Amino acid sequence: MLVSIYRYNPDIDDKPVMRDIEVEIPAGKDLMILDVLELAKRKDSSIAYRRSCREGVCGSDGMNINGRNGLACITQLSEVVKPGKKLVLRPLPGLPVIRDLVVDMSIFYIQFEKVKPYLINDTPAPAIERLQSPEDREKLDGLYECILCACCSSNCPSFWWNPDKFIGPAGLLQAYRFLADSRDTAAAERLAGLDDPFSVFRCRGIMNCVAVCPKDLNPTRAIGHIRTMLIQQGT
Amino acid sequence: MKGLRRLVFDAVIVGGGGAGLRTALELSQSGYKTAVISKVFPTRSHTVSAQGGITCAIGSDDPDDDWRWHMYDTVKGSDYIGDQDAIEYMCSEGPQTVFELEHMGLPFSRTAEGRIYQRPFGGQSKDFGKGGQAARTCAAADRTGHALLHTLYQANLKNDTVFLNEWYATDLVKNQDGAVVGVIAICIETGETVFINSRATVFATGGAGRIYASTTNALINTGDGIGMALRAGFPVQDIEMWQFHPTGIYGAGTLVTEGSRGEGGYLINSDGERFMERYAPNTKDLASRDVVARSMVLEILEGRGCGENADHVLLKLDHLGEDVLNSKLPGILELSRTFAHVDPVTDPIPVVPTCHYMMGGIPTNINGQALTQNSNGEDEIIDGFYAVGESACVSVHGGNRLGGNSLLDLVVFGRAAGKYIEESLRQGIEQRRASDTDIEQAMARLQRLNDSDSGASVPELRTELQNVMQNHFGVFRKGEFMRDGIEKLKILRERIARVHLEDKSQIFNTARIEALELENLFEVAEATAIAAECRTESRGAHARDDFRDRDDDNWLCHSMYFPADKRVGKRAVNFSPKTMPTFEPQIRSY
Repeated sequence: MLVSIYRYNPDIDDKPVMRDIEVEIPAGKDLMILDVLELAKRKDSSIAYRRSCREGVCGSDGMNINGRNGLACITQLSEVVKPGKKLVLRPLPGLPVIRDLVVDMSIFYIQFEKVKPYLINDTPAPAIERLQSPEDREKLDGLYECILCACCSSNCPSFWWNPDKFIGPAGLLQAYRFLADSRDTAAAERLAGLDDPFSVFRCRGIMNCVAVCPKDLNPTRAIGHIRTMLIQQGT
Repeated sequence: MKGLRRLVFDAVIVGGGGAGLRTALELSQSGYKTAVISKVFPTRSHTVSAQGGITCAIGSDDPDDDWRWHMYDTVKGSDYIGDQDAIEYMCSEGPQTVFELEHMGLPFSRTAEGRIYQRPFGGQSKDFGKGGQAARTCAAADRTGHALLHTLYQANLKNDTVFLNEWYATDLVKNQDGAVVGVIAICIETGETVFINSRATVFATGGAGRIYASTTNALINTGDGIGMALRAGFPVQDIEMWQFHPTGIYGAGTLVTEGSRGEGGYLINSDGERFMERYAPNTKDLASRDVVARSMVLEILEGRGCGENADHVLLKLDHLGEDVLNSKLPGILELSRTFAHVDPVTDPIPVVPTCHYMMGGIPTNINGQALTQNSNGEDEIIDGFYAVGESACVSVHGGNRLGGNSLLDLVVFGRAAGKYIEESLRQGIEQRRASDTDIEQAMARLQRLNDSDSGASVPELRTELQNVMQNHFGVFRKGEFMRDGIEKLKILRERIARVHLEDKSQIFNTARIEALELENLFEVAEATAIAAECRTESRGAHARDDFRDRDDDNWLCHSMYFPADKRVGKRAVNFSPKTMPTFEPQIRSY
């Protein structure tokens, strides 16, 4: 099958181009996109992309697959390409390209770090674990599973427009993960850090993030909770 | 060397998985100039794939649980070549280490009392094997590794650890005294090569499961630390001991946690028989991993495999009910649907034993100090060199690791090494320089690769290597097949030495990294092959058709593989725990 890949190697190329490569797909097999890429790389070793776990938990191989962000290792060919059609692979949109399918994620990580993505609890720790009821623990489900693949934030027009000021869906999901944790004592401090016109409120609720999250998480809902907390705090 | 930038640190940690991040956390709190070099952004490390949990006697499921029972299980699981002082340290320090993780925010699943949820895992018992099955594995659903790795990364952010992400260490730099003074590393993004000069160099480089064709391991698990240590002339210990996890998804190799059997799942053959009842009447599907993996292979060899080619068995989970599966094994549902096209809520998962874990590694003491042997066969500490986690061999796993003990190993010994290095830095370790010759030596293979103009490609050679290992050094091994495999490896060595790097560009050149990784894979594979052929007995994960019994007279010891002359020597196992009597070797049955 024909695979069209976004190619840009700043060592050699003046500008990026889409370049086709013919890949032989073993008959009767429905490969993952990552497998297709590995086959392509066997023919042209200069194709660059990130990958690690190859099972959808490390978040390395987020990319734009036939127009839609996803993880190459858990996206099946048959899901995205009709027989006889081209597979089109581009880097995640909205982030600077380092080479081919590899994007510079610095701004994404900076926004993640801004939300203080770690538990804060200044009370003395007990000799055993801090207790947490199963009900309180359940509040973290759908939040802690984020793999930082950036499929969501790089699918968000608000993030494209203000990547330095709008935290973006991935960072905000983590912000809420700690706001929702019964063991965290820094809610006021966390909310104060988010209380400006950009950090949270640039989210327009269009749910582009939800549409592409490979872990089926819902950043829009988390952002809604943060908005509510900010508004309640203000009244 | 001219033009080569030198970065100077008090301590440098190579590897950003669980062990590296735990070491880094200790050191970043110390105020010493520390850096973590990781070839991937830290949360992409393979620790993220650990599922079932971290085994530790925290007394949540059973308030009377005792770390000594955990120690007993681990010694027995190791088939008696785990070092008892190290196992004692791990099991007794474990609870404190796990509570620290919880205090850092790790989102453990909870019991009704609000304590950490613990599930049964293989090889676990109460009361020194006399009290029945224990439930000792602390879990965050079936995503414990993800939760643990992210929590440690978060804790490092909180403590301002310096990260050199997407940097790749190519070789150790050793000075004329034989001390380790740092590493040569490539910044993947720019292609720049630098000398990282450090007072302490810690390897936390993880495993090398990619030496086999079928593995649960991430694509990045290429044994970089082992390769670097061997090229520097340092020995590796028990490297023939490779764990095959009973439940890798057939065809894909992705892992299905042992916790799925802990929650009540079981294996069936083509007759629908729960065959583990025959092999391990007491513990059944929760026998030790080596035992279950061998039983599965025997079922397949005897014609009771499932599927068109009768080459796998089935893991049945549907009887647990959808609610339990959704709450306790959500990740397994996801992986099975994606990779096996099977919904465990209604249908069993096709599984097969799959390479999973390297029990061997760089020999160390409890402080993480890497060891070699002097000419009298006595332990000798390698100055400036430390190893932790899967790349190290302390040894707490011996011939077979128990499920849930790897995450514990990472954090207990990452923490211990960090504390020891901090103390050593405080007492003053000098910053050793390296001469131009030392550095040139470490740069040699990079230079050769960059100059290569013909030869076979990396993927071609890698596939050949993986097939040799899969066919000649798998679950069951035999002398003549292994010798045959060693001959094939000899030819492969020549070809890999002449591997062709077609793309010589600088910026984010992943082809170059893969070529460098291939050489590391080869070093691990060859050491595995030679040590495996040499150990003429069956013990733990090392099962030989031509030597079916354990041979305590000759092999109740570690193997030590020395790369310079490809010699396999022996090293005594520690049988002297500090606070309790020795566990004497016994017949191992489950």
